[in-house]
Formats: sequence, C-alpha cells, structure tokens
Amino acid sequence: MADYLNLFTTVQASGPVHNGVALGPGNSPRTGQPGISWLLGKLGNAQIGPIYLGGLGLASLICGLIAFNIIGMNMLASVNYDPVQFVRQLFWLALEPPPPEYGLSWPPLNQGGWFLICGIFLTASVLLWWVRIYRRAIQLGLGTHVAWAFAAALWLMFVLGFFRPILMGSWGEAVPYGIFPHLDWTAALSIRYGNLFYNPFHALSIVFLYGSVLLFAMHGATILAVTRFGGEREIEQIVDRGTASERAGLFWRWTMGFNASMESIHRWAWWFAVLCPITGGIGILLTGTVVDNWYLWAIKHGVAPPYPNVFPPVIDPALSLGVKP
Amino acid sequence: MAMLSFEKKYRVRGGTLLAGDLFDFWIGPFYVGFFGVTTIFFAFLGTAMILWGAALGPTWNLWQISIAPPDLSYGLRFAPLQEGGLWQIITVCALGAFVSWLLREVEICRKLGMGFHVPFMFGVAIFAYFTLNVVRPVLMGGWGHGFPYGIYSHLDWVSNVGYQYLHFHYNPAHMLAVSFFFATTLALSLHGALILSATNPGAGQVVKTPEHEDTFFRDIIGYSIGTLGIHRLGVFFSLAAVLFSALCIVISGPFWSRGWPEWWGWWLNMPIWSQWP
Repeated sequence: MADYLNLFTTVQASGPVHNGVALGPGNSPRTGQPGISWLLGKLGNAQIGPIYLGGLGLASLICGLIAFNIIGMNMLASVNYDPVQFVRQLFWLALEPPPPEYGLSWPPLNQGGWFLICGIFLTASVLLWWVRIYRRAIQLGLGTHVAWAFAAALWLMFVLGFFRPILMGSWGEAVPYGIFPHLDWTAALSIRYGNLFYNPFHALSIVFLYGSVLLFAMHGATILAVTRFGGEREIEQIVDRGTASERAGLFWRWTMGFNASMESIHRWAWWFAVLCPITGGIGILLTGTVVDNWYLWAIKHGVAPPYPNVFPPVIDPALSLGVKP
Repeated sequence: MAMLSFEKKYRVRGGTLLAGDLFDFWIGPFYVGFFGVTTIFFAFLGTAMILWGAALGPTWNLWQISIAPPDLSYGLRFAPLQEGGLWQIITVCALGAFVSWLLREVEICRKLGMGFHVPFMFGVAIFAYFTLNVVRPVLMGGWGHGFPYGIYSHLDWVSNVGYQYLHFHYNPAHMLAVSFFFATTLALSLHGALILSATNPGAGQVVKTPEHEDTFFRDIIGYSIGTLGIHRLGVFFSLAAVLFSALCIVISGPFWSRGWPEWWGWWLNMPIWSQWP
C-alpha cells in the first residue's frame, strides 16, 4: 500500500553528464567539469556543475566578498583581533549602522562609515546578481520570472536598508549586520512602533509566508504522490495533460471543491512567495514614517480593543538618543 | 454536474476505510465518505460554539471576537462553558474535524491510486496545533496556556508568550523554524518562477524543456536539484518548518522557563574558551 512514497531515489542510473543547453554568440564558456555526487543523487540530480561565471557573476561575487569581509573584519576588530573571542562571540558581534546623530551625513569609518561602504558593495552585488539572472534567462530563451521574484526580495532589502532610513532621515535606522544584533533590531523596531503584530501589512506578509509553506507542502506532496504516473514532469503535463495532472487535480477537487491546474499551481506559488516580501516591505516602509504606533493605529481603526490605562505615561528613551519622533 | 470533462472515469467505488460504500458518493465536486460526515459534524459543532461564544462576548467586530481558554486556576479540569468550557469543546471539535479531514484525504488518495504524502503532511500540521493547545498546556498543568481563538487575540497571545521568555528570537528552535519558513518560501518562488519561465518564454518562442531548467540553475549557482528533487525539497523544508515550530513552543515553559537570550550562556561559558590565553 504505502510502498511507493518516492522520498529518495533508490536506484541511481549514471549516464553521461550534461554540459547544458548550447549558448548563443557573445556568451562566455561555462566553468568547471561536471561531477557526480551519490548523496545529492539520493534527493535530486546527482550532477554538480558546470557553472556560468561571466562578467556579471564575477563582479557580483567580488562585491559580495568585499561586503562579507568588511563585516567580518569589523567584527574581528571589535574583539581586538582575538580569533578565539571572534569564534566565541560570533553570534553576538555586529557591524552596526551609524548613531542617529549623524543623520544622512557620512560618518567616520568606525562610527558607521564601514557600515555604509559595506551596504554599497552589498547593494552592487545583489543588483549585479539580478542582472545576471535576467540575462541568463534571456540567453536560454526562458521567461524572466525568476528575476522578477528576486526583485521582490530586493524590494524588502532596499526598504530596510535604503528607502526607510532616507525617509526617517538617518542611516542609523538601517538593520545591523550580525546574527543576534539583527534579531535585536527586529524586536526593538516592533516595540518602538507599538508592536508590529498590529501592522496589517506585517500580518499580510506572514499570511503569505505561512501560505507559501502551506502551498509548497501541498504542491510538493501532491507531485510526489503522483510520481508513479510521471507527475514530476510538469512542463510535459502542462502542455499535454496526462493522468498524473488529472489525479492531482481531482484529489484537491474532491477534497476541497477546487483545484489548480498543473500550470496555475505555479502561478499561485509565485504570487504567494512574491507577495510575502512585497507586503512586508510596505509594512516596514510605513513604520515610523506614516504610522508611529501600530497598536494605537489598530485601536483607531477598530481592529484592536483599547486596554485600560493603568501606567503613567513614559517618555520614549529613543528621543534622548536623537531619534526624531 | 460539477464534473470535469475527464472526471467520470475516475469516480470509482471503493478505497474507503470505514462504512463500506455507505457514504461512498460525491456532492457536487466534493467527495463525502464516512469522514466527510464526521468532518461536517465537528466543523458545524465547533463553528456553532464559536458563534455562541461570540454572541456571549462583548463584540461582533470580526477582528476582536475571541474565545479564550479557561483561567489557569481551572488547571486541567473542565471549565464552565462561559469560562473556557467553550474553548475546550471547540478544541476537541477542531481536532475531530482536522483528523476527519485527514482520513477523508486518505480515502481519496486510495481512490485515485496516489501516495499518501498530502494526508501525511496535513498530519504534521495537525500535530503542531495539537502541540500548541494540548501537549504544552498539559505539560504546563493548565488549559489556560492554550492560545485563544480570535484573529487579533491569538496574535496578542503570541506576543505575550514571546515576551514571557524575554526575547523569543533567541530560542534556537524558533531560529531554525523561521529559517526553514524563509527557505521554503524562497524555494517555492524559485520553483514557481522556473516552471512559469519555461512554459511562458515570451511571444513567438517555443516552450522549453527540463534541460533548460537544469541549465538555468547550473549556470546561476552550479547545481540544479531537478524536477523530482525540488518537490522532495519542498516537502522536507516545509516539514522542518512546522516541526521546529512545534518544538520551539513546547520547550518554552516545560523545559526552559527563563529568558531565551540567557540560554546561550552555555556557549559563552564552555570550558574550552579558557584553554587559550
């Protein structure tokens, strides 16, 4: 009964490696001799490589490595170049943005200057990577859907580190680089602006985050359940519907009265995943710029009930640090 | 009626787990089955209890309606209906409806000759809910530790419970859960986009092949997991997201009752650090 779960590949056939679809004129050659990994073959394709480096890829990697090294060297400097303490405190270390009093001006290097330089290189890296993804799709005759999905993630990144700090008038509003420090930033932002749970765009973003995980659980499980009918050959099923698509569709139709098609499930997937950072970015952009306290906003709009005022009013400690209210 | 052009040949008898062919029929697009009947029973009863609780409550504002669990003073006992008893009945109904729905999915899988991946994954989601509102309250000794049923009240619960542990982001299982949520969403966007890009290459171009898909990802990052592998990846990642979520809340309270930032002290205080100057 349950002997065809197809969770891992049990018999791996090894044939000649594939060097990739032929590239048109003007492209660099691909790099690396393809190899075979038995372990990867248990889960998916066994072949690793080749990779297309190209000018854009190389430039993106260099910029990304520079940013990574600026972060690492600043963290190392913060523990007096002690490698043991670097490892011990790694999760606590940070490259912090400038203090708020510098506003949007250029601070000294050790007062957030390195942070801004790092941001410039990181931004250059991801933008070059975006162009690279876009160009690779065009060169292979594919649509540019991956690039636009990546652009949605970049929107959230630029809101956090560029648009919102500019609207707030201070680079100090940007997110620090570091494991625990960026979590501290997240919690502090939420508390400072009256609990982000009351931000409707934050709520939408989480809906799309959880919805994406739900969709992938549903879609991945459905496809695995019909692999005995060739369901994982999705492109083929899209252009020429077979019994795998029919059963997959009918499963959901009979379960919940509605089903996607083999193609439309991927549109659901794309939109759910893409709307997660888009709505999240809107929510962050409005925080502190348009709305100062999401809890009070929620009361005003009848979303949250008011609680009795049992504590005397306090002065926001952030004001003493020069943060503009 | 409500049947797809190819549907008739798939509507066969059998595959049921219980009650033979008594409920082996469809209503519109919906398959019924014995567990469809129990689903409707639990869902109707539970929804009615929610509506009754809302009627007893102070507001009909959709965002603010909330059915709260019993006060902690009731411990693990039954509470009067208006003081958390409704929450207890609704919890039983929810679990009854979820499990019925799962078993109905199993029956549909059997009818269609499919694997049982979808009901299994749904079972993991039910397990997470069961952990939140049954396992953890039982371990903590009071139903009052469950979350209330309401749109914004359950967010308040998440917020309050989070701050009880000072800073929940420092919970290592929570870190892993969030990472898997993000990673699953990233993988879903890449998979959806890749399929759409191969089947919608632009006006005048032919639909592309899995070889193009593999080439695209090998060109970009040097590895393509492939058409079968990406669905395994999605299943495993979403599974991990839900399981670590369940873990991160069940260890908060029963196994760790202080602030989560403190938990990391073991790392800072390992004897190995003093071996070097």
